Formats: sequence, structure tokens, C-alpha cells
Amino acid sequence: MKIIYTDVLIIGGGLAGLRVATGVKERGHDALIISLVPPKRSHSAAAQGGMQASLANSKMGEGDNEDVHFGDTIRGSDWGADQEVARMFVHCAPKAIRELAHWGVPWSRVQKGDRTAIINAQKVTISEKEEAHGLITARDFGGTKKWRTCYTSDGTGHSMLYAMDNRAHEQEVEIHERMEAISLITDEGRCYGAVARNLMTGELVAYVSKATTVATGGYGRIYSVSTNAIICQGIGQALALETGIATLGNMEAVQFHPTAIVPVGILTTEGCRGDGGLLLDKDGYRFMPDYEPDKKELASRDVVSRRMTEHMRKGKGVQSRYGDHLWLDITNLGREHIEKNLREVKEICENFLGIDPAVSPIPVRPTQHYSMGGIRTKYTGESQTLKGLYSCGEAACWDLHGFNRLGGNSVSETVVAGMLVAEYISDFCDAPESSMHIHSSKIEMALKVEKEKLEALLTKQNGEDAYVLRRRMEEIMMDKVGIFRNGKDLQEAVVELEELLKRSKNIEVFRSKSRAANPALVNAYRTQKMLKVALTVAYGALLREESRGAHSREDFPARDDENWLKRTLTSWPDANQTMPTVSYEEISVANMELPPGFRGYGKDLTQHHHETQMREAVVKAVQEKLIQEGASRFEIQNALMPYLDKLPKKYRNINERLGENI
Amino acid sequence: MSQEIAPRLLKIDVLRFDPNDKNDFPHIERFEVVESDGMTLFIVLNEIREHLDNSLMFDFVCRAGICGSCSMLVNGRPTLACRTLTSKLDAHITLAPLPLFKLIKDLSIFTGEWMRYLNEHLETWIHDKESEIQYDKLEERMEPSLADEIYELDRCVECGCCVAGCGTIQMRPSFVGAVGLNKVARYHLDPRDKRSDAEYYELIGDENGVFGCMTLLGCEDVCPKDLPLQSKIAYLRRMMLKTAIKN
Repeated sequence: MKIIYTDVLIIGGGLAGLRVATGVKERGHDALIISLVPPKRSHSAAAQGGMQASLANSKMGEGDNEDVHFGDTIRGSDWGADQEVARMFVHCAPKAIRELAHWGVPWSRVQKGDRTAIINAQKVTISEKEEAHGLITARDFGGTKKWRTCYTSDGTGHSMLYAMDNRAHEQEVEIHERMEAISLITDEGRCYGAVARNLMTGELVAYVSKATTVATGGYGRIYSVSTNAIICQGIGQALALETGIATLGNMEAVQFHPTAIVPVGILTTEGCRGDGGLLLDKDGYRFMPDYEPDKKELASRDVVSRRMTEHMRKGKGVQSRYGDHLWLDITNLGREHIEKNLREVKEICENFLGIDPAVSPIPVRPTQHYSMGGIRTKYTGESQTLKGLYSCGEAACWDLHGFNRLGGNSVSETVVAGMLVAEYISDFCDAPESSMHIHSSKIEMALKVEKEKLEALLTKQNGEDAYVLRRRMEEIMMDKVGIFRNGKDLQEAVVELEELLKRSKNIEVFRSKSRAANPALVNAYRTQKMLKVALTVAYGALLREESRGAHSREDFPARDDENWLKRTLTSWPDANQTMPTVSYEEISVANMELPPGFRGYGKDLTQHHHETQMREAVVKAVQEKLIQEGASRFEIQNALMPYLDKLPKKYRNINERLGENI
Repeated sequence: MSQEIAPRLLKIDVLRFDPNDKNDFPHIERFEVVESDGMTLFIVLNEIREHLDNSLMFDFVCRAGICGSCSMLVNGRPTLACRTLTSKLDAHITLAPLPLFKLIKDLSIFTGEWMRYLNEHLETWIHDKESEIQYDKLEERMEPSLADEIYELDRCVECGCCVAGCGTIQMRPSFVGAVGLNKVARYHLDPRDKRSDAEYYELIGDENGVFGCMTLLGCEDVCPKDLPLQSKIAYLRRMMLKTAIKN
């Protein structure tokens, strides 16, 4: 039996995992990454449009700062986010982007002088300041008050991922590629690493570690059409669930991106609309201003996706053999702009649709895109219930995004969470409490259990076909747990998913019996895991009788703060359960810096929490008093909701900006 | 009156081999798939695996032409399979794994190992011993056009197509290939990297580096990202020659 010891095991080699690895390595701990694919192939590479950080360098970002970014993020989350976490995040985003600039990301820069841009279908001239020349520039994204999304053309995630992976090479981080974690090793309420399977040879390896970090991304592939890479199957969430101890947070919070191409579901970046692209219906009519006169195409993602769906339901969609769609029109941006700033989009249109987006509109419709839910953690990234288990990035719910994530906040989260969680893990590894007390027989047992499960799949007879179960699950999620949800559909979804889960215990790997590289075997065990994750999403959605952010219930259209200002927690304490165990975690209004309010989209139906008014009054009084006393914005913020002491000391300093803090 | 044209029946010949199976040997297996509208090789291969042979191994990750995982020989030419539309090919298609890389099984290859060696060997990261990161301060400035130029070369996805298309590597496996030379050109262009020309010469100033290239330029012909490999290799060669003469 092969056992490998390390200080910090990181499962997943995307941006979050790499940033954790380099961070703990810098602090003198051993880091080992296991990854399904070479890290540079991770889904982080597909993040096109950009990373939010309130640098305020460009003209349209003037006046931006942490406070504005914080407000946008909380409103975007429909008040579901953890406000302290959001504060930590907005404070560190400028540091993370400057760090990446140092490590080689070729961020697009401010060019002084006049340039032409398209805003609300009008050509306008923007004059960039002389003193901003050569600093990192930003573009507009949905749901933000300022142009804050920093970018490298539309290959932002690619450039960031390559810089981080190269940094990991420089730091000599050990990386085991094509190695898949199939279970977490736990003992006495503590996580001690993972059992992994080599996808090339089939060998099972136990990785034993003081701290284990799950950074495996989201669970988009439980849906039949998703913008996610095909490896984003929620396996990390399933691993946590199967410990029986760790909990998942807000799994029902699933984002649909407005503009994925039809039919294959590949993303075209929000940068298309940020740079001035329009959404048109079958008559070539620009419909978004009718629904959202203020933000139009640049309303928050959940809002635009719902409005598009509503409009198609009115018969305004373009009919095609793949179902209805709408048009994304970027022809008004001009060829030069498209070939420079939206070249991935151009390549995708050419290769998958055979069209030139500088001439023709792009067929798009809302498609599953992002998982706000994930492994529930404290602000340190550690599971609330399983010591030694950490998670960050899309895999986690720490909880920055609440019920809707802003575009540009996810790649930003990967590196910010990565740099913070690396520090908290290092602190843990430095402390005596991290020393390991697991008997080697327990590790051997963990390996044996997994070996037997795999053997059972290969030797079972007259069993179920994993592909059949998985395709049905994907259809159910798409049809019944999608953009608009209702009690009847959700109930049906839960019942059928539970049935599929029961059947999945009887999966047989037909014909393909190799114990080494065997895609059928991989599909079999992943399908069993994905079904559990799908159930946490569908069941959480059924129970949540309100509409908040991306969770939109037709039978409960109002956001109900009085009853539902809380996080859904799901767990799986007994392996024989066929349904997840659900509990809730209250979100306290009394501690909020920004008390719950109206997001500003459609009609305000909010049923407010009984403490909201009181908290609003307190916040207002504190602000007025301190403003009168001439307090700085930092002092006011600190009086309302102190958070700095939670940050690692090295990241507490004030961020310098043009015209501020210099 | 317009008439529906019957969809084509695609004949897909796949070069298969499982190195983990002692009894297996490389062989061609034919699969037949009915073509559909907008069909890509990603769709074709998944259909084969789901309905015809669940043991068929291949690599896709982003399936959007971004991640570089799915490079293979399509009718003998290295390319990204995910964004190859069948409508652009004849009905008879041959697929084979990318040569020169370690074979995992069928069309699945291990590019990671080779690329890791390359990145470590060429030290493809910013070398800057002097300046410390000042993440609380304004970032260092860079000319916008220079940032764009660096990004242009930074777009390489390490798919390995240029390696498979390279005549030199066939004869000299230690040659760093266009992917390696492009990376050196990228860091050489970047003012944040403080390596001197002499240090770069140490890395690529021999037949495993820029003087090994026979200028067949198969790399540029097959690069899915249309990187300017030819001009960058020529540029590096001139620069390295100057450095050699100077020293």
C-alpha cells in the first residue's frame, strides 16, 4: 500500500489550489497538490472577462474603493453573503491583483488620452488621466457601480492561471497530475488527507496530511447544459459530504449566465455586454431597457437571465432546432475592439458557430454557470465541523456570494481566498494542535474500503448503467431545478433523484473492466457522488420557500428576510441515508454593516426582517455622528463592523490608490 | 421546394492501444456515427463512448478551445479536437494520439509531464531578486502596448500541437520546441523579468534551444492559437547570435 505524507494536501490545481500551495510553501510548510489534469488545464483558465479589484485607475473607475465594491457585492448577493468575509475580500483584492502583476500577469493597462467606448448603445469619448497611464485598467461588468473588472484581453483566467502555476514551479510545489481524490480520510472528527486513485494506472494512494484543502471548483455538470468544464462535477463537495461530518452551504444557490452560445453552452464573457454589446430578440428589438430601465443589459446576472427567460416565454425568442434563444449583438463594438479585447469570443464564434461576431449576432441563452454553494467553512476556510479540512474558491461557501455572484468576483475570490486561507492553514500547521494522531491501520482501512468499492463496481452483475442514471439526473436538474423554480417541480425532482440515488448503489461497469485507465469506471463512481450533490441542491431549493438572488421560486416570489435570512446546511451523517440532512444557520442582521434593503430590480416585494429597521437606524446614527466628527471612511467602517483583526497581519495595511491614501 | 439532405454517416477510425494491457497492441478500430448539425469531435467521441464503446479513452476539459487538453492527430494533423467541426472534414476521419508524448490509453496522452519539465528547465517565471512585492502600493507601470504584446505570447495553451508538428524534436527529443522558445521570447520581452541576455543564452543558446530549429516551421502551421512562432524564433536567434558574438 502506498502512503505519502505531507503537511498540506491540496485537492485541485486551479487558481485557488495553486495560491494556497504557494502560500503555505512560502511559510515553510510542505505542500502537495493532486489534480485531475495538469493545473494549467483547470477550469480557471476559462474565466475570460476579468477580476474585480477596486483600483480606481481608469476614468470610469474614479471614486471606486473597498466600500463601493463591498456594497455591490452584498447587494449582488441579495444579502445572503457573510459581510465580514466580503469586507476581507474587497480589502485584499487590490493586494492580490498587484501580487499577480509582480508575478507576471500582463494586465491590460490605462492608455492616457481620449478613447472611444460604447455605453448604452452610444459612442462616447473617455479621457484617461495622464497620471493613470500604465496602471492596470478596468472594464464594466454587471451589477457594479464602477468600472472595476481588471483584465488581460478576454483571457484573464488563462493568464492568471499560468502565472500561478509558474509560481508553483518556482516554489517547487509538488504536483501529482491525473490523480483523483475519491475519499477523505477522517478519524475522531479530524481530516487527515485523502485516498486518491491514479487515473493512468489505477493505483490507489493514501495522502496523509495535517491539513487538507478542497479546491475542486463547482458542481455545474450536474446540469445537462453548463458553461463549466466537464471536470466540474461537484466531486469535492461530495467528498466532504461523504465524511458524514462536514457540511455544505447554500447548495441551492446556482447561477445561470445570460450569454452562453446555443446549443453547446460555451460561455461568451460578460465583457461583451460590459464593453457595450446588446441583447436583441427575434425582431432585432433591444428588450432589456423595458425590464430594467436603469441597468439594462448590465443588471446582475440572475436578473438578466430571468428577464431573458421571461421574454422568451412571451414568444419573443428566436426559434431553432435546439430550442429558443436570443441574440447577443456585439457588431456595434467594431472589428478592431473585438479582435483585441474579445478575441476568445471571436474564436469561439468562428470555431463552434461558424460566424463572425463582428458581422453577425451570436445565438445565446441563459446557461448554468456558477455554484455559489459549496463546502461550508469559517472565514479561515476551515470546515465548521471537520477539523483539518479546508476549502476555498468555487468549491467552498465561506460565504462571499450569497445567492448571486457578481461577474468578476469569482477569479478574484480564488486568489484572495487562496492567499488568506494559506495563512490560516500555516498558522494551524505551526500550532501543536496540528500534530497527527492517526493510527496507520486506519489509513490502511481507508484504502481497503475504497478498493472494495471499486471492485464491486467492476464485478457487479445485472446492475444499472451509470450513463443512464447520470443523463436523467442532468435532465431533472435542468428542467426542474433551473432558473425559475416551483414547489411541484422541485418535489418531483427530489423524489426522482432519490430514486436514482438508490439505483446508483447498484451500478455496474459494463464491458470495460480494466482496473487501470478506465473512463467507464470513473464515470461510475463519479455518478454515485454527483447524485448526492444533486439531491442537496434540489432539496435545499424545495425547502427554501422564498426568492433570493439566483434562487427564484414562482410560488414564493418575495425575498423573505423574516423567515429565510439564513444559510442552508446539508450533510450526510449516515452512508445509508438516501436524503441529505438539512439544518439552517441564522444570518444576524444586528451585525450587518449594510442592513438588508432593496436591490433595485423589478418591484420591491421584500418581507423585511423585524430587526432590519432597528439596525438601519443604528448604522445611520453611527455614520452621521462620525462624519460630523470628521472621521475617515475607515474609522466609520470599523465602528460599524470591525473585521481587520480577522485578517493575517501582513494583509491589514491600507491600499494605495491614485488620489487617495498616498 | 427545399429537400432535407440525409445526414452523413461518419466513419471514424481510431488508433487504439492500452499500454496497461499486456495482451493489447496498437490497432485501428472503426466506429460509425450519424452526423448532426454543428457536430464537433468532442460530441462524436462522447457519443462513441456512451453508446458504442465505454472503454474509449480521450481527454477533454473545457471543450471550448481554451485549455489545450484535447490535442490529437485528426487526419494526421495535430489540432484541438473539441473545436473541430465534422462538417469541415470528409466523412471518413482518422484519429490518433499526439505523438512524442507519453501515451495513457487510446487518444489520451500525458502532456503534463513534458510541459512541467519544459517549464522547470526554462524557468518560465519572472526572475526578480531585487524588488520585493509591495502589494499595498500602486503597481509598477507598464506601457499599454507592451502589456498587449506580452499577452499576445502569453496566449500559448501548452497543447503540444507544435511539438507534434516539429521536425527537429523527431530527431532530438531534448529540443525545447516552439512552445519553449515562445515562452523564452515572452519573458525576454517582459521588463519585470531581470534575466540578462547572457543568462538566456545559457538556457537556449545551443542545439537544444534556438540553434536546433531547422526552420521547417510545422509549429506555426499547426498552432491553434496562431502564435507568431516563426518571427519569435527568428528574433531569438538573432538576439542569441549577437549575445554569442559579444561574449
